[in-house]
Order: sequence, then structure tokens, then C-alpha cells
Amino acid sequence: MSMIAKSLSQRPKPPFGALRAIAFGLSLCIMAPAFADNLPEVQRLIKQGQLPQALEKIDSYLSSRPKDAQGRFIKGLILTEMNKPNDAIAVFTKLTEDYPELPEPYNNLAVLYAQQKQYDRARTALEMAIRTHPSYTIAYENLGDIYAKLASQAYDKALQLDRENPAAQNKLALIRDLISTSGKGNVKPTVPGTAKPAAAPPVAAAATAPVAPGTAPAANKTSAPTTAPSTSPAIVATASVVTTTSGAAASTSSTPAKVANDDKPVQSTDAADIQKAIEDWAEAWSRKDMKAYFAAYASEFDPKGNQSRKSWEEERKQRIAGKSGKIRVSISDPKVTVDSNQATAKFRQSYRAPGLSSDSTKTLILVRKGERWLIKEEVAR
Amino acid sequence: MAAMFIGIGWYASQSTTDSEAPASVLRAPPGSLDISAPVWPVAPGDAALKIDVDTPPEKQLARVFDEIEANRLGNALQLTESLLQKHPNYRLAHLIRGDLLLARTQPIPAFGAANEAPERVADLRAEAMARLLAYREKPPTDFIPRYLLQMRADQKHALIVDTRRSRLYVYENDNEGAGQPRFVTDYYISQGKLGAEKASEGDKKTPIGVYHVTASLPRQKLADLYGNGAFPLNYPNEWDKRNGRGGSGIWLHGTQSDTFSRPPLASDGCVVLTNPDLEAIAKTLQIGLTPVIISDSMEWIAPAEWNQERDALNQAVDAWRKDWESRDTDKYLTHYSRRFKTPEQDYARFASQKRQVNSGKTHIEVKISNLTLFRNPGKDDVVVATFDQDYRSNNLNNQMRKRQYWIREDGQWKIAYEGAA
Repeated sequence: MSMIAKSLSQRPKPPFGALRAIAFGLSLCIMAPAFADNLPEVQRLIKQGQLPQALEKIDSYLSSRPKDAQGRFIKGLILTEMNKPNDAIAVFTKLTEDYPELPEPYNNLAVLYAQQKQYDRARTALEMAIRTHPSYTIAYENLGDIYAKLASQAYDKALQLDRENPAAQNKLALIRDLISTSGKGNVKPTVPGTAKPAAAPPVAAAATAPVAPGTAPAANKTSAPTTAPSTSPAIVATASVVTTTSGAAASTSSTPAKVANDDKPVQSTDAADIQKAIEDWAEAWSRKDMKAYFAAYASEFDPKGNQSRKSWEEERKQRIAGKSGKIRVSISDPKVTVDSNQATAKFRQSYRAPGLSSDSTKTLILVRKGERWLIKEEVAR
Repeated sequence: MAAMFIGIGWYASQSTTDSEAPASVLRAPPGSLDISAPVWPVAPGDAALKIDVDTPPEKQLARVFDEIEANRLGNALQLTESLLQKHPNYRLAHLIRGDLLLARTQPIPAFGAANEAPERVADLRAEAMARLLAYREKPPTDFIPRYLLQMRADQKHALIVDTRRSRLYVYENDNEGAGQPRFVTDYYISQGKLGAEKASEGDKKTPIGVYHVTASLPRQKLADLYGNGAFPLNYPNEWDKRNGRGGSGIWLHGTQSDTFSRPPLASDGCVVLTNPDLEAIAKTLQIGLTPVIISDSMEWIAPAEWNQERDALNQAVDAWRKDWESRDTDKYLTHYSRRFKTPEQDYARFASQKRQVNSGKTHIEVKISNLTLFRNPGKDDVVVATFDQDYRSNNLNNQMRKRQYWIREDGQWKIAYEGAA
């Protein structure tokens, strides 16, 4: 069950606000394993841009299990990609009705509504996502953007400003991570608590990259009061993530536990160097030193999603240097594993800024570049 | 006035020692920005946060500001949105909503944190000030507007516009009791862009004086700008003309359809109400009869003082009437100021004409009825007396409605103008 980090289309970005993310990833851990094999095929088709085929496949997949949340979620994504927002909205809406405990469908609904400039509906959907999962960072970020958008609209009405095309290209990033899972948890549509864990960890902002398709029960770090203890032990394979995203916020990652478990932390000068690199990176972020911040990333760093490096940098600038108020990013509990010229660093990231505080787990894949270790991938979740 | 307003809402953090300027910094209440601890303060459907259809906007705004003051921003937003449901074109409410939403993402530097159109933001702030102030500071109920000295029995209401507070007060005539007008209600109004004390055409000011409406113009006959109706005032009145004031077309009217409420200083001199408020006062207006008094220095006086002024004027008018009947022209002329002036004559001409007319009289009888006495707002002591006059003499009978402007000279009330009303 691998996760496919699929960056969706290369189409023009939706003209909406900094909403970060259609959660292209249901962190559903509630799939019936027997059928899960079909999903990677669907995702492959999506990746290849063969959307009609993907839709056909997912429809046939769903014909035998119409309640399947993961399948329906993917269908919503395909429809989104096919530029059929109303159909996608219908799918996600139905999902929120059948699985009110899942935040991702709400989030994606919000993104779709925001695309249609229905900010009030977007707001309601995001508030529901947060009500479902109070620690769902991405929803906060998206909500923050929606609030700003609504505020701007309210001001326009207050001040009788007519604008044709306000700040046209805000991009609400989509979280496009698909999570394929298998497990034996049965899908029980309306039982809260079945679909749990991965949902809680907020996904994030900074461009996130797919993690090694590891498998591991997603860490159950729910802070969500609404979630009952997970009843689906067999959750596996959380897949990774991807996004086009931006956002100053940190992200948690439900990094495959396997990595953490199997690989012993390395005590070495490499590890010390890497730790230093991460700390420098967090510090540059905190003092909004964009030059130093970008310098922490390797040239092959891929923002993922459909974002170019350039637009990612623009977005980061806007989110970091362009943010009013202090940002404080600090890291703790770093666990570093080194494999010759590549290293994985997993740590707790604490992000404090006006309007958003988050604590999350982040994984960076770093590569050795001469004397330095530079970030090649950044994974939140 | 200003001092008490500072205590309101977002201004609360400021010291109240500075009595004039509204605080420029408003702070979102502490904690309000911490969205990592989401606040869901109110279950949807909480009846307490519903806006009642009849609740006046001031009360709703005051509730919004109360909630803000108490750091219940969620409630404040809900109330504001409920207000907007009722009045979708309420720009001030949109501004507040913008602030409340923006406060969820960043600190708000000032009430009305929009970056653009600073004049319009200032206008809306002024409206908020005017409305809230009026809500917190109601006219004193045991005092009487000094202007309403005497109404006639068939005048049901009097309207008084207070340009300084951007209010229109509705007073009800009391025919049964001691004649003291009773406060009924009040409304927010907009006035001329450049304030009050109109002097000339195009000065974008609202006149000060004692007027009445001369007609009712229905919506169908009006441009959209005038909203749901319009009532022209008799500006310039006799006193305005005597004082050389120009311009015309001063109306009470409603608000254009895309706007719920206009800023305090918005018109070219008209007194503008929201459409619902206009419709409400339309019910109290009697064309040609209901006094509409506009003041920029509203005065309320205690009943005792009011009685005293009223009695003094009644006596002055009655003494004038009696002295006219006496055919003692010198005595009669003592009631006229040397500054007496009408478009036709000054004091000297008036006096000589009266002497000539009175010399032919062997009998004069003057009855006056339906006397109204309204003090003209302003620094000078001026009272407008209007009455039906029934004049009978040995060679002439005449009935007319007359208007006189009385001024006070050396402690004596004297007539400075008179003519047909």
C-alpha cells in the first residue's frame, strides 16, 4: 500500500487564496484491504493525467463498495482535477455527511468553495473540519486565509469598493496526498473514531514531499477531543503527502514509524552537522532571513505539487517575510539517521506566530553538498 | 460627550482623560488571536444572539461592541452577521465584520482596519460613534427641548433634528396634560457634507431653524438617491431670507437602494434617514403642520423653565394683541423692534403705515387661535409664533394665518418680522 504523492494537475492554479490545500489525502485508515490494490492503479492513472480512465476505474471500484470513503475521496479528487467542481463538491459533501468525523472532505470542500468565491461556505466547511479535528493545522491555515478573504470582502462592501479581480492569484494550495491504506478496519460510515489518527495531524504548509512509502500505524497523536480511541488497529501505510502548499505553518507528520523504529539514530559528526543545519534553518525562518532560509534547501529540492521552485519561493517569501509579527520556529527531539550522503531528520517543530501556533512533527530529507547538508525534501505529516 | 464615548468598545483600552480624540489604537482583546485554541463560544441558534426584527441598529451595534469589549469575538461576529442578514447593505456592519474576521488572522491596529479608502473608513467610524453615542446617551426624559414651547392641538408630533449628534428626535404633543411634549423615539440621520448652518446655495450644509414639510413625494416620483420617500422643507423660511440665506431644495428623505445607512456628513444639505426610519417618521408627519426644527446646539430645559418661557411668550403675544385692539398705536408699536424688517418694509415704513391705518379705526378686535411658539435654535433669542388671526374693525374684516419672529431686546420680546404664513 503505498502512498502516492501525487501532485495533481499541472493546470493553472485555482485562483484562490492562500488556502493551503485541498486535502488530497484522506488520512483514512479505514480501507478494506481486499480491494485496496485497485487504488494504486487509480492513482497511477491520475499521476499520468489519465483522468477519465481514473474516473472509470474508481467508479468501478466504488460500484461494489459504494460506501468506501477512500474511494469516494479519490473520486472527489479526480473530479476536482477534471475541473468539475460541482461534481466534486457533491462527492465531498456526501462524504462529510457519511463520515462527519473526517476533516479532509471538509477541507477540500472549503477549497472548492473558495475557488468559487463562496467564502462563507468555505468558512463553514473549515470550521467543521476544525470542530472535527481541533488540531488540524491545515484547516486553520486555510481558515485564516478565508477569514482574511472574507474580511477583505467585508471591507469592500463597507467601503463600496468594486474590484473586478482582487489579488487574483491567491492560491489555496491543495493538499493532494492520497493515502492508501489497508487494514482490516471496516468502514463504518458514521461511527466517529474509526477514522482517526492520521487525520488529526495537521498537514502542512511548507512544501511537503512524499515520504518513503513506509508503513506504520500512524502515530496516534490526537488532540482531538472528538475522537475516540482508534478502533482500527490495522491501519497501515499512510502514505505521504504532497502538496502545493505554502504556509508558514509547520506541519506534523505521521511519519512512518518504521523509520523511527528501525533506524538507530546516528551519533556522528554528520549527525551533529545535520542538527546544526536544521537549527540554522529554523533560525533563518524565525528571523525571516529568506536568503539564509532558501540557502538551506538543495537545488534539487522539489516543492512538489504543481509548484515550481520559483513560485514556491514566492509563496514562502509571502508567508514568512510578508507576515506581520514575530515568527518563532524551534525544533526539539531531533532524530537523525544518516545513510552516506543522504540523511533523514525527524523532529518536533514548534511554530509560533500571530494567529497561528502549532506543534508538529516534521521530517527533512537532507543531502550532503560538500561541507553542507541541504534540504531535499520536507515532509509534514 | 466625547469622553463618555471613549469607554465604548474597542476604545476601552484608552485612558478616558483624553476627552476628544477617539483612541487611534484598538487592540484586539488579548487571546482573541490564538486560533490554535478555537473558541466556539456559542452554539448556533442561541436565541440571545438573534437580532430581533424591531431592534434598532444602535442597540444591535451596542451589543456587538459590548461583546467585543468582553472579548467574546465569536458572539460579536455572530451578532454582526445577524445584523447584516437584516440589512445586507449596512456598510458599517460590513466594516465591523471585516475587523472581526481579520482579527482572527492578525492584530487589528484600529477600528476599521481596511487599508483603502481612508475617508470612507473615517465616515463609517463617525457613523459608529454617532450611533453608539446616541444609544448610550438618550435625551433626558424629564426635560423638554427648549424649542417646543407651544404646539397646537392638532399637531400630533414635532421632529427635532440634532445635527451635532446626528439624530432626529420625535416628540409627541400632549394635549391632555400640561402641554409638555413627550419624547417618543429617535433616529440616526445624515446631514450635509460640510455640516450645519446653511448660508448659501451649494454650501453643502444643513440649515438651522424652524421648518415644516411642504409636501410628500412618493418613491415613484423620485430618483433612487432619495430612497423610499422625500419631504421637502420650507427652507429658506422668512427668517432665513431676512438673514440673506440662500439655496433651496432641503428635504428629509430616505436612502438609495444599495445602501442601508449613510455617513453622518453625507448629503448636500438634506436630512437623510434610512428607509425604514423614513417610513416610520412618514407616519407621524402632517404636511404643512408638523414642525421640523433643526438645531446644531440642542437644548433641553427643565419643565419649570420651559413653563416660564412659554408663559412669557404667551404674555408678549397677548399684550401685542391687546395693544393692537386698544388703537393706541404708540403702545402697539412698542412691541416691534427697531430692527423690524420684511421684504416690503422696514420699521419706519411699517410704523407710519400703521399710524395711518389705525387713525381711521373706531373699533378693532383681534382674536388669535392655534398659536404655536417655537424657539429658533441658535445663539440669539428668536421665537417663531404662528397663529390664525381673526381681525375685525369698523371698516375691515380679515382672517389670515400669520407668522411673527420675536427677538429679545433688553429683556423684552419684540417683533422683528411678521407676515402671512
